[in-house]
Amino acid sequence: MKPSFAPGDKVRVVARETATHCRTPHYLRGKRGVVSRVFGTFPNPEQLAYHRIGVPHVPLYQVDFDYAEVWGKAAPNTRISADIFQHWLEADR
Amino acid sequence: MPHDHSHHHHDHPHDHDVHAPINESHGARSDSILLERALRELLIEKGVFTPADVQRQIELTESRDPELGAKVVAHAWTDAAYKAWLLRDAKPAIETYLGIDLNLTPELVVVENSRERHHVICCTLCSCYPRAILGIPPAWYKSLEYRSRVVIEPRAVLAEFGTRLADDVEIRVVDSTADMRYMVLPMRPRYTENMSEAELVGVITRDSMIGVSVLAERPQ
Amino acid sequence: MTRAVHDIGGLPAGPIEIAEHERTFFEQRIDAMMRLLAHPTHGYYTVDAMRRAIESLPREDYVGLGYYERWLQAMRKLVVEKGLVSEADIEGKLRSLANEAGQK
Repeated sequence: MKPSFAPGDKVRVVARETATHCRTPHYLRGKRGVVSRVFGTFPNPEQLAYHRIGVPHVPLYQVDFDYAEVWGKAAPNTRISADIFQHWLEADR
Repeated sequence: MPHDHSHHHHDHPHDHDVHAPINESHGARSDSILLERALRELLIEKGVFTPADVQRQIELTESRDPELGAKVVAHAWTDAAYKAWLLRDAKPAIETYLGIDLNLTPELVVVENSRERHHVICCTLCSCYPRAILGIPPAWYKSLEYRSRVVIEPRAVLAEFGTRLADDVEIRVVDSTADMRYMVLPMRPRYTENMSEAELVGVITRDSMIGVSVLAERPQ
Repeated sequence: MTRAVHDIGGLPAGPIEIAEHERTFFEQRIDAMMRLLAHPTHGYYTVDAMRRAIESLPREDYVGLGYYERWLQAMRKLVVEKGLVSEADIEGKLRSLANEAGQK
C-alpha cells in the first residue's frame, strides 16, 4: 500500500467508533493535525489482535496536534504527537 | 534470589532501598498468585516451555539496562555525524554502535530535546517503551495516572518529577500508539563539556531519556 | 463516543506514585511467560492479542488489578483461545493447588 500522505500534509483523525482492538486513542478522534513523519508500512494491529496475519500492511504516520485542537482549551507551547495508521486519517482541506 | 544489577541512578528521591531482597509476590491478590502458578505448571506440563526457558527469559529481561541508552546518548553528544544518523534512523545507528542485534524488537525513534523543544514520552493505551535500550519501564510510566494525565497536563506532570520548564519552551508529548518506540536524547549540560564518553554515561539518567527530567546544570 | 477501558488519555486522575520497587518473582515470571508465549518467532500469539485480551477486562478488573495481574488475566484467556490448555485444565489445576494449600 503506497502512503497517501507526506510530511506537512494536514490530516484529520477519523471520528469513528470501535468495539474492537484499535490503536487510535479516543482523545484524538476527529482532531486535526499535521503529518510530521512517514514510518513505512506495518501489519494492521486490528487484525493481529485476533490472530490474523495483518495484511495488507498499512502506512503509519507521526501526526502532530496543537493542544487547543485536542482539548478545546489553550495551553501555550504544548503539542501532542501520536502514531496513527493511514486508515484512521483523512485529508483535511 | 537476590541479583546484582547495575542500578542506573534515576532522578527523583525515593525512599525504597533498591538493594533490599526481592519479594516473592508482594501486592498480588491470592487468586492471582494461585493462577500464576497454575498456568505456569500447566504450560510446563504441556511442553509449551520449560522452567529453564522461564529463567533464561527473566535473566534476559533483567539484563537490559538504561545504561545502553545512556551509552548511545553519550556517543551522540560527542560525535555530530553519529547524532545525525541516530536522529534520522535510530535502530541501525544503535545496533551498530552498541554491537547488539535488535532484529526482533520494535522500531526505535530518538527525539532530541533542546532549549526550544522538550519531548516527553508516554503510552496512553498501554506501556510501550524502548525496552531494548532502556530496560523495564518504571511502574509510574505504566500507571493509570501517568498515562491519563501526561497528554492533558504535561507541565503539571513534569512538576511532580521536580521538572519545571520555561514557558517559552515547547513541550511535545509523544504518545507511542503504534509500532515505534521512543527515546529522548536529552540536552547536554554545559559543565560536562570536558568529560570523556565514559564519564558522560554516568551523568545521563533514565528519567532524562523518557523526558520527565532534564539533566542538572551542575554536577550532582 | 464510548471509550474502551484502557483508552484513558486525558481522563482525570490523581498524583503519580513515583516510588519504585524491585519487581517481585511473581512479576518476573509473568513477564517471562508473556514474552515466551508472544515471542515474535517462537510464540503462539502476538503482543496485539495480549493487549486486546487486557482491553476486554471488565472495568473494575482493569482498574483494580495490578499491571502484571492484568497480563496474567490476558494470558489465561489467550492460552485457552489458542488451545494450549483448556479452561477445564485450568480449573482442575486451581482446585488441586487450593486443596494442597488447604492440607498444609
